[in-house]
Amino acid sequence: MTDVITDTVERRPTPRRKRRLGGRTHIVVFLAPAVLIYTVFSIYPLIESLRLSLFDGLDDGSAVWTGLGNYTTLLSDPNWAVRFWNALWNNLILFFIHMVVQNPLGLLLAALLSLAPRFAGAYRTLIFVPTLLSVVIVGFVWELILSPLWGVAQTMLGAVGLGWLYAPWLGLESSALTAVSLISVWQYVGIPMMLIYAALLSIPDELLDAARVDGLSGVAIFWKVKLPLILPTLGIVAILTYIGNFTASFDLIYSIQGVLGPPDYSTDIMGTLMFRTFFGQQTQIGDIHMGATVASMMFFIILIGVTIYLVGVQRRLTRYEM
Amino acid sequence: MKPTMFTTTAGLALCLGAGAALAQEVTLTVESWRSEDQAIWNDTLIPAFEEKHPDINIEFTPTAPTEYNAALNARLEGGTAGDLVTCRSFDGSLPLFNKGQLADISDLDGLSNFPDFARAAWSTDDGASTFCVPMASVIHGFIYNADAFAELGLEEPETVDEFFAVLDAIKEDGSYIPLAMGSADQWEAATMAYTNIGPNYWKGEEGRQALIDGTAAFTDPQFVAPYEQMVRWTDYMGPAYQAQGYSDSQNLFTLGRAAIYPAGSWEITGFTEAADFEMGAFPPPVQNAGDTCYISDHTDIGLGMNAATDHPEAARTFLEWVASPEFAELYTNALPGFFSLSDAQFEVDNPLAQEFIEFRENCESTVRVASQILSRGEPNTWNNMWVLSANVLNDAATPEEATAELQQGLASWYEPQQN
Repeated sequence: MTDVITDTVERRPTPRRKRRLGGRTHIVVFLAPAVLIYTVFSIYPLIESLRLSLFDGLDDGSAVWTGLGNYTTLLSDPNWAVRFWNALWNNLILFFIHMVVQNPLGLLLAALLSLAPRFAGAYRTLIFVPTLLSVVIVGFVWELILSPLWGVAQTMLGAVGLGWLYAPWLGLESSALTAVSLISVWQYVGIPMMLIYAALLSIPDELLDAARVDGLSGVAIFWKVKLPLILPTLGIVAILTYIGNFTASFDLIYSIQGVLGPPDYSTDIMGTLMFRTFFGQQTQIGDIHMGATVASMMFFIILIGVTIYLVGVQRRLTRYEM
Repeated sequence: MKPTMFTTTAGLALCLGAGAALAQEVTLTVESWRSEDQAIWNDTLIPAFEEKHPDINIEFTPTAPTEYNAALNARLEGGTAGDLVTCRSFDGSLPLFNKGQLADISDLDGLSNFPDFARAAWSTDDGASTFCVPMASVIHGFIYNADAFAELGLEEPETVDEFFAVLDAIKEDGSYIPLAMGSADQWEAATMAYTNIGPNYWKGEEGRQALIDGTAAFTDPQFVAPYEQMVRWTDYMGPAYQAQGYSDSQNLFTLGRAAIYPAGSWEITGFTEAADFEMGAFPPPVQNAGDTCYISDHTDIGLGMNAATDHPEAARTFLEWVASPEFAELYTNALPGFFSLSDAQFEVDNPLAQEFIEFRENCESTVRVASQILSRGEPNTWNNMWVLSANVLNDAATPEEATAELQQGLASWYEPQQN
């Protein structure tokens, strides 16, 4: 921004440069709304939140500077640290399940769709529709399906002789997080599918024809031609999964399990920890400073993950001109 | 694009609605988490008040209960909160008063209509200032399907042994789930189980005060024993109760599939509407016949005044009315299950509510054990009690482990418990 402005001021005199100035002013004008909105609603709150995390609240509502005191408390106080590490660990499990279930499934579905089977359009729409549903609806529907009292899960498993498999998954410490993750996978599998599907469609037919002429089978074409070409998309899918895992997953857990991540904090993630710290929960009074600290930690963790990806992975991906 | 055109003009049109019409009447808005009470306020309470004070309009604007605290805090900070604020008890509102967001109303005449224990829930620790008018308490106990009891020839149990004999009889018969209780939402385990049956073991206020003074600990037998009873409950709860939530339990009971519901009196209105069978209620069973019984008679809901209100006089007028015997009777009868804390004497129409209010005559009242002072620090004792009570029901913690963790959490920040 500043570059553009000093540029325009310096180069005002000559007529030829006037033309360049005109060419640039419209850039400023077009950028302005986005930059303004982004600054006011994203950058400013982010900085404000980081600032809040460096203060401590007093009983009379005023705040006092503590530096990194809140961070030390969060990471070293036994009562805080146990919740923080547990939430982070649960987030990582959530990410892992999405990476090994949702994304390969999305890839498989996209690969199948790109073969243009019959009713491909219908399948594509049906698989994508849950993505558009409100998490509250998804949460409520799945809670009912899996309910031991009114749910159809038990009956349906029983009908195929697998009734013994049934357990109240959402209520068991051992399976609650996996169950919630899989509900989220069900809802969001459409997104990687669509991204990968679009990437697959953009591969030129000549390349595939050439591969066929060279004698590659369909499976080999997928592994040796298509997959390398869509690797950058898979990278984007991975990073979107990583970020969504800290942001989008909160909605679902909040609507199904509530803000304490029951049972026994087994579905407590960074988002729920942040929510109840910041806004409070029943008799627990919201603490905006500790809440902002948890939120800032989330920001740093996302930042680190994205940086590792951008520096370590994306640069090494080979992009092919197609 | 024309190269010569390098100025772009952007026009901003600001439309300022100039609608500050001077109203002669004052409108007060009431913040509340009781969205289900909208009809009662609009049809009963507000007309009754406005009839006497035609110059004051009341608007009831509730928020969902789970979002209330967060939303109210944000609105108070931002200066957009309503004139009157429904107060949660004890430390749910005290910080708001300390921050100067709730007004001091100690000099309200109507406050003399309330006993000390009721005012304590909305006063500073030293009792010097009161900041909310007590509206109602909720009483815990057990609601049972009276038709089912008659069918099986059962009677209201008085002692713990009788209670389990009743549960055994229902289980043996097999047509009802004995106890409508789940652990999925966690708070029922703490609210309707632990602090419901607990006061009989820790002798109500005596045990609660001992915790506050530091002369008793959660690891003492009187605080472990309720958990031991809860472990025995699990044999009588529904199949896969670990995934049974609060609304599941309500439905199981009102559909007539479960016989006994560990309850709070706030269920009365809903149950009276939903259930097509006779219901009765009994207080938490005592250990030995003839023991003094203790009930959780929890000061739950009060009404205070936003310190930043533009109409303090009108707000005080309304609060005086809320403190009056007229409001006490209207409110208790409009909302059976929320019992006015006022000293005023009146008849309760709903028979089930009448049964609950009669507990007060025979039993000693106490409030939920973790609600005053003990949940002021981090980790929050009441939150811990939710999680650990559910863990005990889920067999994820023994009664000893659960109470040890409660104690460890409390002692980590509460000085009187640190010796």
